[in-house]
Amino acid sequence: MGGHIKGVDLIDAYRDPGLASRLFECARMRSLTAAERLGRVPVIMDVCGTHTAVISSAGVRTALSGYVEFRSGPGCPVCVTSAGDVDLAVQMARIPGVCVTTFGDMMRVPGSSTSLQEETAQGARVKVVSSPSSAVAYASAHPDVEVVFLGVGFETTAPVVALSIAEAKSKRIPNYTVLCLHKLMPPVLDVLVREPGVTLDGLLLPGHVCSITGRAVFDFLAREYRMPSVVAGFEVVDVLMATCWILHMIAERSPKVANVYRRVVRETGNQKAKDVIDKYFRPIDSAWRGFGLIPRSGLQIKEKYLRFDAMHRFTPDLPDSTDKPECHCGDVLRGRIRPSDCTAFGTVCTPVKPLGPCMVSQEGACAAHFRYGA
Amino acid sequence: MCLGIPAKILEVNVDGSALVDYMGVRWRVGTSLVEHVAPGDYVMVHAGEAIERVDLATGKEVLRMWEDILKAWT
Ligand code: SF4
Repeated sequence: MGGHIKGVDLIDAYRDPGLASRLFECARMRSLTAAERLGRVPVIMDVCGTHTAVISSAGVRTALSGYVEFRSGPGCPVCVTSAGDVDLAVQMARIPGVCVTTFGDMMRVPGSSTSLQEETAQGARVKVVSSPSSAVAYASAHPDVEVVFLGVGFETTAPVVALSIAEAKSKRIPNYTVLCLHKLMPPVLDVLVREPGVTLDGLLLPGHVCSITGRAVFDFLAREYRMPSVVAGFEVVDVLMATCWILHMIAERSPKVANVYRRVVRETGNQKAKDVIDKYFRPIDSAWRGFGLIPRSGLQIKEKYLRFDAMHRFTPDLPDSTDKPECHCGDVLRGRIRPSDCTAFGTVCTPVKPLGPCMVSQEGACAAHFRYGA
Repeated sequence: MCLGIPAKILEVNVDGSALVDYMGVRWRVGTSLVEHVAPGDYVMVHAGEAIERVDLATGKEVLRMWEDILKAWT
């Protein structure tokens, strides 16, 4: 497959400034027709923190300002994690003998009153790892420590965490468990597009979630809601191709769920990864920041593997959790307001002293707007 | 967090792990979520695992297709 084509050249081609500038021009032209049809500037939402970051850092937001408005939806896993789930992680870290292992992004996310980072200062054991497999290795090397991995993330991350359970099982590592907080993308999009009072004309679908789920599961967006949607990769050319196509669909009144990331995303996704998710997890109702409880939008460890479920092993008290009233992350994640519409934005809430998760995570909408200008 | 890195496979071990390279940085990743990978292939790496193959020929074909789309749309 691919034969003589070199991968580095292909990566360069998707970063080519010449092609990007022609696509910018195309997006501006298409946006005029789309705007004429809508009677206002088209609003396109991304649902992936990496898209949010690229749209800001590659200058897409600025270059298309006045032509397209980009908003960020519930696509940053750290941001959509509810205060209650953060509190639960904190509870785990406080249990004597437990070491919570996590991707770095979760450390500073505020729960009701504290974050994992603040807890480490109080003596809780929290360790940042780059992969679930390294958390398993840590458990294997420290048999006297109960290692709990925070399973946060969408369909992209869930199979990798499932594999860590498989690894702990096959290597007979008794002191490894997962606090499973995984979330699923199709159910939240189904809620998002039906939200009353939200202006939304097109969706950039998250390439790496789709690499697992496939493109076809998102067909309902066009079929049931007439929402133009395009699966996109993460180079500037990927994002611009998707933007042009969405604008074209708006202008032509021909919504579809298209895919410009076919080099990675297949129609039905990655069967091996879907099988491994099905083997270890089952769908469960899950609480999202900003959205509340969404039916069957999260994952839970199956009965058969309960001994790897941290909730089962430690049965922590469920915390009484509240979101900070002055933070409007919920409205940002639902596309109701822009980060700059929040009264705390850039004043009491900055990346140095963040109030909400959307300002903590590098991929959060508020952080991206702050760093690259709203 | 769903960050993926398009890395090149340098060698595949008997245990199924692979040594990959991205812009000169090399590290080991798992390959149990992808079918038949061989040295020279490109994969998307996420959280220490290859989550999907990168199909270079399709990537090129999409770019070619967009040359035509750009001509038609601008
Ligand atoms: S600016 Fe800060 S307080 Fe306001 S929504 Fe964003 S993270 Fe929350």
